[in-house]
Amino acid sequence: MSSDLHGADAPAPRPDPPARARRGTPLLGAILAQAGMELRLLFRSPESLLVTLGIPVGVLVFFSVVDVLPTGDERAVDFLVPGVIAISVAATGLVAVAIQTAFERKYGVLKRLGGTPLPRAGYLAAKGVAVAATLTIQLLLIVVLALTVLDWRPAGGALVLPVAVLVGAISHTAIGLLLAGSLRAEATLAVTNGLFLVLLVISGVTFDPAALPDALAAVGRVLPTGALAEVVRVGASGGGLAVGSLAVLAGWGAAAIGVASRSFRWEP
Amino acid sequence: MSHSASDPVPPSPPAIELVGLTKRYGDTVAVDGLDLTVHPGETLALLGPNGAGKTTTVECCEGYRIPDAGQVRVLGLDPRRDGRRLRPRLGLMLQEGGVYPLARPREVLHLFARFHAEPADPDDLLERVGLAEADRTRFRDLSGGQKQRLSLALALVGRPEIVFLDEPTAGLDPAARRMTWEHVRELQADGVTVVLTTHLLDEAEELADRVAIIDRGRLIALGTPDELTHADREELTFSARPGLDTESLSAALEVPAVELRPGRYVVHGENAPRLISRLAGWLEEHDVRLGELQAAKRSLEQVYLGLTEDASAPSGGDPSVEAARREVEA
Repeated sequence: MSSDLHGADAPAPRPDPPARARRGTPLLGAILAQAGMELRLLFRSPESLLVTLGIPVGVLVFFSVVDVLPTGDERAVDFLVPGVIAISVAATGLVAVAIQTAFERKYGVLKRLGGTPLPRAGYLAAKGVAVAATLTIQLLLIVVLALTVLDWRPAGGALVLPVAVLVGAISHTAIGLLLAGSLRAEATLAVTNGLFLVLLVISGVTFDPAALPDALAAVGRVLPTGALAEVVRVGASGGGLAVGSLAVLAGWGAAAIGVASRSFRWEP
Repeated sequence: MSHSASDPVPPSPPAIELVGLTKRYGDTVAVDGLDLTVHPGETLALLGPNGAGKTTTVECCEGYRIPDAGQVRVLGLDPRRDGRRLRPRLGLMLQEGGVYPLARPREVLHLFARFHAEPADPDDLLERVGLAEADRTRFRDLSGGQKQRLSLALALVGRPEIVFLDEPTAGLDPAARRMTWEHVRELQADGVTVVLTTHLLDEAEELADRVAIIDRGRLIALGTPDELTHADREELTFSARPGLDTESLSAALEVPAVELRPGRYVVHGENAPRLISRLAGWLEEHDVRLGELQAAKRSLEQVYLGLTEDASAPSGGDPSVEAARREVEA
């Protein structure tokens, strides 16, 4: 047997492989193509559309028109718009990204992409571009709807809003990726949906947290979505930048990125 | 398929070089000190039963796995450290699809094309793998064969120098298998190095310049299909009534004769005509009627079955390597 093992030389190879001119990866084009694919798939999935557009817009319109929630002394719409902006960021950054990415991992898409010239950083950049594009559509829709139909009259916040949304999107997306990279896809689905519901209820995004027990309200304020809503609400009421809440929000993002960069699993 | 020995061998560096490659998943040794060299432009088939370590070996070359010991060089590069430089030059076909369930074949192929500087024309490729008509079907709704063909197209769209095909025809009907084989032959004609894993002997025999038979993570035979089926290892199979005295027969033939199963005998020897004449003499002497008689070169199948049976006989207990991998990495 040993002669079979080591004695057999290869047959002569075929003609030389054709010379290849450029072998680099067109990184920017690759990232944009990947982001475009993610966006198309997002809009192809009714569940994702419901979470990213249906729920935030539905909450805004319903509770602006039907005055059932305690919103403090403010008009319902003035209280609601900042909260709905926070919900949108959570829906796209956390829920949709987590679920989409978790199933990409389950179906081996992440593994397969890992074998292409698209680097992992490029994949994450594409995800960021897709989230940014989705959020832009969402927020335009919400702000225009609030300003025109629901008569929203913010006292300020034109500068605070983009900062808050940017930090909020990074933090929520990081948490979404953390879940998608550590839990099974089915568990990610359950956890994110549960988390979304909890955030809606206790983070003061849809009604005045003063109506909640103090301890619960305090928890809600330090959760990322509550902190984001607070930053947007203070800005929109002309109070400038709520640095404390912004720091809480950024802290969540930094922690999630730190853990995810260690624990994220790319394979099913 | 294989080339005559008189062809000049250019001194090009190996496409793939494995030295003492070892990979464990927990207590399970998936690949056990594998030495293997694949030459540029060559087609190598990794042949072996399920759980033999074929996929792990390929995944070490692709950069998915970090070897526990040994060395892996692909196009002179380390698949883990130099992945960024290496991946544009490789084409992979994984066992599982790895495609977005809601995506359509054409858009996935176009996406992968965008990852490369000089890709093949995706539309043309789609046509060539016979998916043009399934163009509007989402991946999850494609048939198993269509998924495999898309997977193949994804491996080829970057015009790679080395293509890894992990079980490329698993689950395909005969026509789709033939088509996949045709694609491999086109790659061969283009000078592309092909490494394919298979447990199908005819596939290895049909496509490969060399076959590496792997069992339990070890290389147990390596050679061209011709070498492995060695012309001097002729054999004679015949049927007769069960329970012949094979000792007496072996003595008469001067080579071992074995009763494979009741009434079915095999004789290994070098000179078939002489064996036949002696066999005929012995049968007449013992008044045994001869059923079928066949003289043939050993088939790759017999080589393979003989080798893998030998190897799997001694140590008992064979936990599935794949299960072990998932357990370890979970």
